[in-house]
Amino acid sequence: MIHSLFLINCSGDIFLEKHWKSVVSQSVCDYFFEAQEKAIDVENVPPVISTPHHYLISIYRDKIFFVSVIQTEVPPLFVIEFLHRVADTFQDYFGECSETAIKDNVVIVYELLEEMLDNGFPLATESNILKELIKPPTILRSVVNSITGSSNVGDTLPTGQLSNIPWRRAGVKYTNNEAYFDVIEEIDAIIDKSGSTVFAEIQGVIDSCIKLSGMPDLSLSFMNPRLLDDVSFHPCIRFKRWESERVLSFIPPDGNFRLISYRVSSQNLVAIPVYVKHMISFKENTSSGRFDVTIGPKQNMGKTVEGVVMTVHMPKAVLNMNLTATQGSYTFDPVTKVLTWDVGKITPQKLPNLKGMVNLQSGAPKPEENPSLNIQFKIQQLAISGLKVNRLDMYGEKYKPFKGVKYITKAGKFQVRT
Amino acid sequence: WVSASVAASRHSLAGAPSLGGTSAGRKKQTNKQTKKTPLKTGKNVKMGIFFRHDDLKEMLDSNKDSLKLEAMKRIVAMIARGKNASDLFPAVVKNVACKNIEVKKLVYVYLVRYAEEQQDLALLSISTFQRGLKDPNQLIRASALRVLSSIRVPIIVPIMMLAIKEAASDMSPYVRKTAAHAIPKLYSLDSDQKDQLIEVIEKLLADKTTLVAGSVVMAFEEVCPERIDLIHKNYRKLCNLLIDVEEWGQVVIINMLTRYARTQFLSPNQNDGKDAKAEAAMLAKCKPYVMDPDHRLLLRNTKPLLQSRNAAVVMAVAQLYFHLAPKAEVGVIAKALVRLLRSHRSVQYVVLQNVATMSIKRRGMFEPYLKSFYIRSTDPTQIKILKLEVLTNLANETNISTILREFQTYIRSMDKDFVAATIQAIGRCATNIGKVRDTCLNGLVQLLSNRDELVVAESVVVIKKLLQMQPAQHSEIIKHMAKLTDNIQVPMARASILWLIGEYCEHVPKIAPDVLRKMAKSFTNEEDIVKLQVINLAAKLYLTNSKQSKLLTQYVLNLAKYDQNYDIRDRARFIRQLIVPTEKSGALNKYAKKLFLAQKPAPILESSFKDRDHFQLGSLSHLLNAKAVGYQELPDWPDEAPDPSVRNVEVPSEEEEEEEREKKAKKKAPQGRKGRAETSSEEASTSESSSSGSDSGSEAEAKQRKVMRAGMGGCTGIPVPPIELPISTPCSPPAARPAPRRFPCLIWMTLLSPAFSAVKTYELLHRMAGEGLAVEYCFSRRPFPGDPHMVAVQIQISNNTDTEVKNLRVNEPKPLSGMRIQEFPEIEHLAPGDTASVVMGIDFCDSTQAANFQLCTHTRQFYVSIQPPVGELMAPVFMSENEFKKEQGKLMGMSEITEKLMLSEKCQSDHTIVQQLTSAANVGRVPCGASNEYRFAAKTVTSGSLVLITLERREGSTAQLTINSEKMVIGTMLVKDIIQALAQ
Repeated sequence: MIHSLFLINCSGDIFLEKHWKSVVSQSVCDYFFEAQEKAIDVENVPPVISTPHHYLISIYRDKIFFVSVIQTEVPPLFVIEFLHRVADTFQDYFGECSETAIKDNVVIVYELLEEMLDNGFPLATESNILKELIKPPTILRSVVNSITGSSNVGDTLPTGQLSNIPWRRAGVKYTNNEAYFDVIEEIDAIIDKSGSTVFAEIQGVIDSCIKLSGMPDLSLSFMNPRLLDDVSFHPCIRFKRWESERVLSFIPPDGNFRLISYRVSSQNLVAIPVYVKHMISFKENTSSGRFDVTIGPKQNMGKTVEGVVMTVHMPKAVLNMNLTATQGSYTFDPVTKVLTWDVGKITPQKLPNLKGMVNLQSGAPKPEENPSLNIQFKIQQLAISGLKVNRLDMYGEKYKPFKGVKYITKAGKFQVRT
Repeated sequence: WVSASVAASRHSLAGAPSLGGTSAGRKKQTNKQTKKTPLKTGKNVKMGIFFRHDDLKEMLDSNKDSLKLEAMKRIVAMIARGKNASDLFPAVVKNVACKNIEVKKLVYVYLVRYAEEQQDLALLSISTFQRGLKDPNQLIRASALRVLSSIRVPIIVPIMMLAIKEAASDMSPYVRKTAAHAIPKLYSLDSDQKDQLIEVIEKLLADKTTLVAGSVVMAFEEVCPERIDLIHKNYRKLCNLLIDVEEWGQVVIINMLTRYARTQFLSPNQNDGKDAKAEAAMLAKCKPYVMDPDHRLLLRNTKPLLQSRNAAVVMAVAQLYFHLAPKAEVGVIAKALVRLLRSHRSVQYVVLQNVATMSIKRRGMFEPYLKSFYIRSTDPTQIKILKLEVLTNLANETNISTILREFQTYIRSMDKDFVAATIQAIGRCATNIGKVRDTCLNGLVQLLSNRDELVVAESVVVIKKLLQMQPAQHSEIIKHMAKLTDNIQVPMARASILWLIGEYCEHVPKIAPDVLRKMAKSFTNEEDIVKLQVINLAAKLYLTNSKQSKLLTQYVLNLAKYDQNYDIRDRARFIRQLIVPTEKSGALNKYAKKLFLAQKPAPILESSFKDRDHFQLGSLSHLLNAKAVGYQELPDWPDEAPDPSVRNVEVPSEEEEEEEREKKAKKKAPQGRKGRAETSSEEASTSESSSSGSDSGSEAEAKQRKVMRAGMGGCTGIPVPPIELPISTPCSPPAARPAPRRFPCLIWMTLLSPAFSAVKTYELLHRMAGEGLAVEYCFSRRPFPGDPHMVAVQIQISNNTDTEVKNLRVNEPKPLSGMRIQEFPEIEHLAPGDTASVVMGIDFCDSTQAANFQLCTHTRQFYVSIQPPVGELMAPVFMSENEFKKEQGKLMGMSEITEKLMLSEKCQSDHTIVQQLTSAANVGRVPCGASNEYRFAAKTVTSGSLVLITLERREGSTAQLTINSEKMVIGTMLVKDIIQALAQ
């Protein structure tokens, strides 16, 4: 299956290689570099590249290319999903998945890769098992290790691999037993020029942070489970129970994990919390243009819309922008032509507005297309779909855990065409 | 020089763990190499290397683990950066038996990396692993096998083979899993071992644990994918285990089963695409299609996996449904695939490729999700183009107007490659849907005045294709395009325009010669494809309008005659011979007009994804549209189904095997729990959930299981229902507790003694474990005299020893929070052979958690526990029909659980149904008017909440079970138990 893995940074240095079968020379990456050059920007590098003897399947995460070498037929998603899992594990272990973090912890990285694949076939990918095998680095531990000479490889044997709930370690103990759930919903929308909604959809996830001792068996129920149209589950969830009762029943992994992700059924109309009034025009002869954008709250259920940021990829012909913002601050990068306006909170009394002149390259033809506006925002304590957690019950353990649920609504891919 | 080199190496190595100054380190090294070159004799180079790793060797040879560890860390950092560290091999291998686990692990990493290069030295380490294979700890055995099999040294093939064979029959499923992983490793090292390896695979395929299933199927796929016959006997088991297998294994198993199903079952869409006549003939000939139950089993058991968080699993199920499911059922996968579109870019890319292929064949499936494929300006170009492909495939009469409106937005995009693709997509929509052809054409003509040349050029090419369908009506457009030749520079577009004018020159008789004149002027500066079209145009004009264009044609042909490109020279020569009549020119001259101005069929604009579905979807080959190495062809459906009985598994033999295992287990029991727990995870979990603390229930268990098997003997042909839940754990929650045990108990106990005929008894203490003291208990279902909130448990103690047992009592009850135990009065004497019966009361707090306590005699104490079935946590209440309905009305919504079930053959009469149900739960019957309905009511013992049960018989042997209770957990578990009792 997966033959080798190369990690490549943005400037094209191969800074880590790992082989699970016999060694494949680094020169195989030349095909990748070739494709990278052709693709102009990193987003467009094809994930699957065919070379005379190998196939290269790659992902791009956090400014690193994970390039895997394949020799025989294998489902491409299998490899892609695995590579993302590797990146997630690094993120989990080092707090960030960056070149420096990987280089600083090269030995741990190597040990992890060794455990995650055997002969190219995934062996242990659950973070709970891995953490039992290889302890994540902490400052305290590295100091202690350097003094006592002890190691960061767990000396206990990985019992998790033998159990039939591989996602949970045995013998978890906390003094404070807590279970937190974040219900995060994102609105994906395309709004057309006239302000009407072309497409809108709510996607949500429930991220959990569970620190409970022993083997708790949780069941989480919703006031309105029928809202959830399409759900994907963490493997710990008992599917049958969901099918029959619409209750999430599970023995949780220890720590942070994504419990479910869901899509709200498309019949429900999606409330769009903000509206945008825009006037963007370019004049041919004077090589200038006008830019005027106002953002206001719409259906926001009485909550404040905050963390509003607007980013616009301006046409190439734009040289500079001379704007005034009634609220927040804006920046325009003349190299990438990206305008960013950090608005902050919207107060309905005084709507934030960004207005001014656009300077175009003289002589260049006027841009035909108006750029689309990408909006980000956040609404605390609201799940826009109306989803509500009913209760959380715990079985199997005697203590009383502290429970908490938080709701957040965010803009996902929220785009306004102009 | 030497000291300088050492210093340099020290420096670079000190930098190694942090790796901060890589470039600096590298520079130093290159410096060193340049220094080395003048002295480059073999000996000196060796010396250099020796000195370079001198300090590392020293550290490895030291006695301190911390130094060894530091050295190994540096070496691994070198390997990670792709630097050669092979010269350290002897020093490293010495540490293979190091006590420190991390050092050992890093040595393994090193060994596996370099063993292939240093085969002789690698052999030194083999004995360590051979020793490891015999270790009592399963994890050490597994790790030894893992490293041993990763050492790619051909000499040790026989050792590996032996190790794999042994590990394949290891007691620990984890070791067996490792053996499965080792099989492809050995196969790639020495493919001559294939036959022996297949034997091992066959053996491991029969393994019943989920841990092994994924890995062995992987081995099967790599070693012998053609041996489909090995799957027959394991097919049903694999289907049923699937949901519990780890996610990577699921992908492999699903892909394999897709292929298997294609060879073993009939197509569910047989009548697809055949004309009516053939269909009628078919119908007359063969009997109507009935899906093989095994085929259905596969579809049913894979469906829940569409909900997996792993995109690869979702894709695997999606392709299985696409290739195997009846047309009407394929739709379910669309939702899941659309969900994946929210994922990372690379996942999107692969999913869209597959959706593009699927949407050609099953357009209806994705139509409801049309808007999910709308394009955002922030999508990368390759994603945009794939989405466009899908949108085009989904276009039909009803949605075309929305799609075209969307396309209009795209045309104004800044991403010009994407605009070009959009124009092509519009062209495809126009050819496929006649209704909008004119609208599209007009839109495209407007684009001809676009400022961007790429856009114009692409429009020209597409317009050319569209015009070819109905040229007569569009001479205006042709004229307009003729004017464009002055401005447009893109060769493909120029060539297209010239071809159009030549082809339809009779529609533009005045303009055509003028265009030729202009082109003749610029001929030498044109691109090759344009030149060819100029010649073409000239020839066509010569034939239709020779008066005006004769000289021009001659001129162009003369220019072409001396062109640099031989293609153009050839074409000119050929055309001259064909059209200009000379004395030499032969018969062809007469037909020149027919040759050039024949009716040409309009091009069909097709998706590049058409017919890609002959590759298995989701595969690498499908994505590349070319057969990848090792791709297994997806076979066509057979015309006649092969014998389905090959998948039947013989039950008796299995039972014997089971029995043997049980015997083994019993032998091991005295050695302590560990040996037993290792026999198989399946068994371990059953024993743990039945009676914690006592190991010796195995004999009784074996008997019970036997009874159960016998009971099921009649229905071997029917696939076993899928396993309930993915989880069963040591401190298993009430909901996940395996329920089926209770039913066989009933049969077995009814035979036992008439006194217990109505109720089931359970074992508290086995005769062997109790050193002659046997204790059984049953739920008497009478109210406990002292306390109405307690469940009465009748305990029967028999003394099988030959001495008197004294002072029998309950000691130190350790109830969980809220649970209370009322002990039975102490039994002072129990003579040998005597039996005493006492009653104790337990308040279980309406939960099925076990009550643990000690049973003491004057000499010994035994830890025992009583775990109540959910049906015993309640007491019957009697109420009228009206009261029942009223109470039921209060317990709707969340408190109501409804489940459908099939009544078993035995449970057809009223009497048996009531009997089965009341034996499963302690409930009272409520009178009921309707003849096909049964009602029961009870109250939970502790809190007194009502539990209402309604069973409604439908036609056939189906029935619907409804339970209303505010105790949802109890309700859920009760549903399970009742269904178990009625369905088996």
